[in-house]
Amino acid sequence: MSRFTRENELLAREIIARYPRPKSATIPLCHLAQEQDGFLAEDAMRHISELVGITAAEVRGTASFYEMFKLKPVGKYLINVCTNISCQLLGGEELLEHAEQSLGIRSGSTTEDGLFTLEDVECIAACTEAPACQVNYRYFNTVSNEQFDSLVEDLRAGRNGEIPDHGTLGRVRQHIEPGQVANITAPEQQSEPGWFRDRNTAAAAEQGEVSS
Amino acid sequence: MSEAPKPIVVDQPVTITVNGAAIQAQKGDLLIDACERAGTYIPRFCYHPRMNPVGMCRMCLVDVDTGRGPALQPSCMLECSEGMTVDTENEKVKKAQDGVLEFLLINHPLDCPVCDKGGECPLQDTTVGYGPGESRWVEEKRHYEKPIAISETVQLDRERCILCDRCTRFADEVAGDPLIHFMGRGANTEVNTFPDEPFASYFSGNTVQICPVGALTAKPYRFKARPWDLEEVASTCTDCAVGCSVTVQSSRDEVLRINGVDNDAVNWGWLCDKGRFGFEAIGSPDRLQGPLELHGDDLVAIHWSDAVAKAAALISEGLRSGGPQGLAVIGGARLTNEAAYAWTKLIKGALGSDNVDAQLGDGLPAELVLGLPGATINEACTPGGTIIYLGPDPKEALPTLFLRLRHAIVEDGARLIELTSTESSLTNLAAASLLVRPGETASAVRAIRGGGGDAGGADVEQVRRAIDVLSGDGPVTVLIGRTSAAESPQTVVAAAEELMTLDGVRFLPLLPRSNVRGALEAGMSPGLLPGRVRRSEAAAWFGQAWPTIPQADGLDTAGILAAAAAGKIDTLILLGADPLADFVDRELAERALTGARSVIVVDPFLNESARRANVVLASSAFGEVSGTVTNIEGRVQRVTQKVTPPGTARADWELACDLGEALGHDLNFDGVEAIWAEFQDLSPVHAELSLEALEDPANIDGLLAVAPTEVQSEEPLDSATDSADDSDGASAEDPSDAVADPAESEVGDAAQVAEPEETDGLELVSSPDVLRYVAANDQVVIPATDAYAFRLVARPDLYDGGTLLSHSPSSASLVKEAVLTLNPLDFEKLGVTTGAAVRVSNGARSILIPVEPSASVPRGVAACGVNLSGVAVSRLIDSSSLVTDVRIEVQA
Repeated sequence: MSRFTRENELLAREIIARYPRPKSATIPLCHLAQEQDGFLAEDAMRHISELVGITAAEVRGTASFYEMFKLKPVGKYLINVCTNISCQLLGGEELLEHAEQSLGIRSGSTTEDGLFTLEDVECIAACTEAPACQVNYRYFNTVSNEQFDSLVEDLRAGRNGEIPDHGTLGRVRQHIEPGQVANITAPEQQSEPGWFRDRNTAAAAEQGEVSS
Repeated sequence: MSEAPKPIVVDQPVTITVNGAAIQAQKGDLLIDACERAGTYIPRFCYHPRMNPVGMCRMCLVDVDTGRGPALQPSCMLECSEGMTVDTENEKVKKAQDGVLEFLLINHPLDCPVCDKGGECPLQDTTVGYGPGESRWVEEKRHYEKPIAISETVQLDRERCILCDRCTRFADEVAGDPLIHFMGRGANTEVNTFPDEPFASYFSGNTVQICPVGALTAKPYRFKARPWDLEEVASTCTDCAVGCSVTVQSSRDEVLRINGVDNDAVNWGWLCDKGRFGFEAIGSPDRLQGPLELHGDDLVAIHWSDAVAKAAALISEGLRSGGPQGLAVIGGARLTNEAAYAWTKLIKGALGSDNVDAQLGDGLPAELVLGLPGATINEACTPGGTIIYLGPDPKEALPTLFLRLRHAIVEDGARLIELTSTESSLTNLAAASLLVRPGETASAVRAIRGGGGDAGGADVEQVRRAIDVLSGDGPVTVLIGRTSAAESPQTVVAAAEELMTLDGVRFLPLLPRSNVRGALEAGMSPGLLPGRVRRSEAAAWFGQAWPTIPQADGLDTAGILAAAAAGKIDTLILLGADPLADFVDRELAERALTGARSVIVVDPFLNESARRANVVLASSAFGEVSGTVTNIEGRVQRVTQKVTPPGTARADWELACDLGEALGHDLNFDGVEAIWAEFQDLSPVHAELSLEALEDPANIDGLLAVAPTEVQSEEPLDSATDSADDSDGASAEDPSDAVADPAESEVGDAAQVAEPEETDGLELVSSPDVLRYVAANDQVVIPATDAYAFRLVARPDLYDGGTLLSHSPSSASLVKEAVLTLNPLDFEKLGVTTGAAVRVSNGARSILIPVEPSASVPRGVAACGVNLSGVAVSRLIDSSSLVTDVRIEVQA
């Protein structure tokens, strides 16, 4: 896949301008690239490295730390089935097994039509609704095997409802007017916070008392 | 591995208790270092004394009580403070060490018998010393494809990696090339590069040396030997003139590996890849096995006795017909100090010719190099100091100097003013980077000293910043050399003279060719005699020891080649020099080799110029000869023989003696010690610098040859050790001392200090004055370029087509092809595609060369590396003109 589109590159530059150091924008730009391509493409990482002034290896090193950045293409719908403790007790592993059989793929792989990628996932904080799963990080609670199948059927039929494309974090793009960007001073150029300065003065005073 | 803590000055002592014994430590020193200095070694993997600590491996956990009760803490992350109590070997610590090792070994394969590191492996050694002895791990270990090549020379076995962050930290912190990084997370973390973007750092080999396991291995050494089969000697790298301390390791009389040694004054343990891997050339099958003689059109092998007799006959024939001025020697930078002195004595002292030059038109006037107040690398890198850099890109010409400068700027707050014609590796680090039109450095210097003018075309804002930096306090060091071979050295001289008047300024000359400084100190330059003295002033002194002294100052390389081309040179001796490849003006070199009546070559390889010789004398190379060398600072360090030369090749100093004997002048040397002893007797700057002193372990960093007047006058000159320590220590303790020094010596009377020399049998004549550079204030007027011409910048490249790399199989693929680079705007105007060949001409001569755009080149400039494979850009350079203007024509 590809580098940023012209439009996204402009957006990328806007995002970079919100930080005192360009490389602080690495992760937001990884999100942007994933939103563009559905995954984090090599060319996109290279483009990010050029934009923020670090090496491509550093971008990849950073991105690869995070499970939710996909360095290989995934299906249009990424299905995460929780198998952590609460879900496990209430049938999460059975749900995963059912999902594997009904999609015809093992966890961690993608269907041949490129529609679904199935993954087992650690706790997604839906313990009260176990067993839970996510499609492109949108929750589906207390999922039975039948509900799972009808969900898959709906998605195959294009009835995706509220589910955005993989990579989309929010529907509303955050846009900050240049004049409203606050406090982009590098930490080393900022003055010390008051509490910090006071603490040091207090410590020095105490030291002085002890020694005298 | 020699990874002892770096030397420090203890000026804020604190008392800490280590295993019950009270020790004095420097406040703020890392506990791991303080304990080791006190004789208690704490095991570690990730900590390296020349890099910032990260506390990754947890191996150095010790039981520390800082007043809040004892607790396990990583000693590499803890600074010494008053009253700290440390236990490094109680049950708690042992259990922690045991546990850490068991964890590290979970995924580490037990392939030690086939691993290169086995036998010298810190993980192996530490496991034996502190580990559990038996593994409880029964599950499958992780597996990776093995090995993967992360660069041309370095290979990575990821399953052996213990994720200590040493290589990745080195790449980021030290080399500034973060091309390797941790990828993934948790148990799947691995070190890797970006796909198709190799770890193409000039310093990649260092990661192999500092890897505490066998994860990183080097192609030239992989599976060649086991550590217990290796023998090693301490030596000094001679690939460039920085003088990095190394160990040369060999097995079965073959050099197999070079490792860096931590020399606090020079390389801090680091090496560049050329120095580390270029050793393959030593054992190359292309080495000359014995002498050759021209028979008809072919060079054929002959016996040594015949070769020496033939060479001697050529020399004496030439001397009979043309006198001493018909004899000329080019080269000498490849020699040891001893060989250089022996050759100087032969040519200047026995045969009476002063036509000797160790530089190939790519250097600076010897008087400037030897006669300016000198700075050491440590002085240049003084924390908070100011560095003015005008010279070749250090990463390309003097790589480990780049690492030292980078550290000084990034970590120690030194400020850099760079004057360059194209962007360099220092540009991003500089406080002010002046992009100056080629040749116009002097006017830029005038501008930053507040003299106004157009600053050689440099950006006004950068000039303003430079003025600002210069107005700060702290010592100023000027690092000066040739940025481009296409500019005359006069342009650099003019800039140096502008800078000489700075208060307390010191100079570090950047001559890249291996032992060129040593050769100059040994008198291998026209007008000079050994020991930084002028021929004209030292004739009487040397007349006592030498049979003869040249009657007049001789020619430099350009002069010799011009004379040879005009048929005025009878015998041209190439002493490890290849003028066709290395001289800045190839056309002149070609005419000279044709014009010289006879050519004698002394070289380990049959290089291009040697193919046109009458006699070729095979000489020994690095690792095959013992002696000393001198680095850019004037620091004398040892080189040590480790292997025997191939065939019947002989040491350069032996060849000087052989030729002397055949010519009826016994040089009277029976070994390098005898040569050094005579050199030491005669040289006013080496008088106190004995080989015994160099052998002293206290002088492991080498000794500086210091002119008597440069030593502070109130102190007696009791030993060379002291004087060297003085100048070294001054940088660490009080930089103001070091810079106050030359000002004092300026007023001191040189003769007065040099008077009480005790040289046996030479009392009649006092030793000559050590030369001091006096500004000539020659007017250098750089002609303006016309609108259609480009000004040529011929800059050095580390991976050039020199003998070393072309004969090192593992590195040969790194040699770059010659490419002309232009500013993208200029390139666009040409209307050609990247890599298309264009015709570049200087009016008289032209070459065809591929062209590429590069944002690092300013408009109106055409830049190219010198001595690269493919096209010889030196064809375009006229050594007699100040700058080189070229025109570029697109080929139809």
